[in-house]
Amino acid sequence: MRISVNGKGVEVGSARLSDSLAELGYTDNCIATAVNEEFVPSSKRAEFLLREGDRVEVLMPMQGG
Amino acid sequence: MRLYGTEIDVPMMLGTAQYPSPAIMAEAFRTSGAEVATVSLRRESGAGGEGREFWRLVSGLGVRILPNTAGCHSVKEALTTAEMAREVFGTDWLKLEVIGNPDTLQPDVYGLAEAARLLCKDGFKVFPYTTEDLVVAERLLSAGCEVLMPWAAPIGTGLGLTNEYGLRTLRERLPDVTMIIDAGLGVPSQAARVMEMGFDGILLNTAVAKSGDPAAMAAAFAKAAEAGKLARRAVPIEPRDMAAASTPVIGKAFLG
Repeated sequence: MRISVNGKGVEVGSARLSDSLAELGYTDNCIATAVNEEFVPSSKRAEFLLREGDRVEVLMPMQGG
Repeated sequence: MRLYGTEIDVPMMLGTAQYPSPAIMAEAFRTSGAEVATVSLRRESGAGGEGREFWRLVSGLGVRILPNTAGCHSVKEALTTAEMAREVFGTDWLKLEVIGNPDTLQPDVYGLAEAARLLCKDGFKVFPYTTEDLVVAERLLSAGCEVLMPWAAPIGTGLGLTNEYGLRTLRERLPDVTMIIDAGLGVPSQAARVMEMGFDGILLNTAVAKSGDPAAMAAAFAKAAEAGKLARRAVPIEPRDMAAASTPVIGKAFLG
C-alpha cells in the first residue's frame, strides 16, 4: 500500500499504523503521530488502519522558541 | 510569576533553539536560573533518534516544559500539533502560536482566539503568543486563557519595545493577568524596562542563543529582569521637568 510519511511517498506492507511505523524504522516511542491532519494517540496506533494515499505525520521533540 | 497556579521564581523563560551547541544551551539555563523551557515538534527522520537525544537533554535540565505550536498557520494545524505535543511532552501547558504573516511572523489573532477557545475547552493551559492589542487580549481571556504573551517586536528582531504605549495600556487595563513579554527583546535593558512597567516575566530565545556568549547573556537578562521586578515593587518616582535638590538646603553654611 502506498502512503506518504512526512511528505514522502513510501510503500508499506501492513495497514496497521503501528506496524507500518515499525516497518519504516520508527521504533522510538518518543514520537507523536497524525494521519490526514488528525492526531492519532499512541494508544490507538495498533488499531488504526491506514488506507491507500493516507498522509502520515511522525513528529519528535525539537528545539523551539 | 504565577502560571496557571504554579509559582515560578525567576521571571524569565528560555527557548531551546539556535544555540551553538547543546552544552551551551544547558549552560544558559544554569547561569540564568530559568525554570521554564520552550520546545517544539518537528518531523522525525526515522533513523537518527535525535528527538530522543534532545528530549533527554531538556529533561535533564530539571525545568518545566512549555511546548509551542511554532510554524502553524491555521487553527486546525495548531490544534493537531497541540494534541501531539501534549502526548510527547506529557504536559497540558501550550505556547499557542498561529502565525498570520510569513515575513513578520505576526500572530493571526482571529485564528489565535479561536484556537485558544477550543484548546482551553479541551483542558489545555494555553499561553497565547499575541500582539499588544487590548481587545484581542480580552478575547483570549474570555476564551479561558489565564496567561498572555504579548510581543515586544516581531520574533528574532531584537528591536525591543516597538509600541510601549500599547504595552503600557495593556498592563494598566489588565492589572491582574499574568503577562509575559514574548519575542522581540534584544538586550537586557529592555527586559528591565518591561519588568519596571509591571509585566510578570519575559521569554527569550534569539537574543540569548545568537549572542556572542549565550551563557553570559542569559545571566545578564535574568539579572535585568530581576532588577526591573524589584524596582516595580519599590514604586519608582514620577519623572518631573524641574530640578529638585536632593541634598537638604536647611543648615547650609553661608560662605559668600
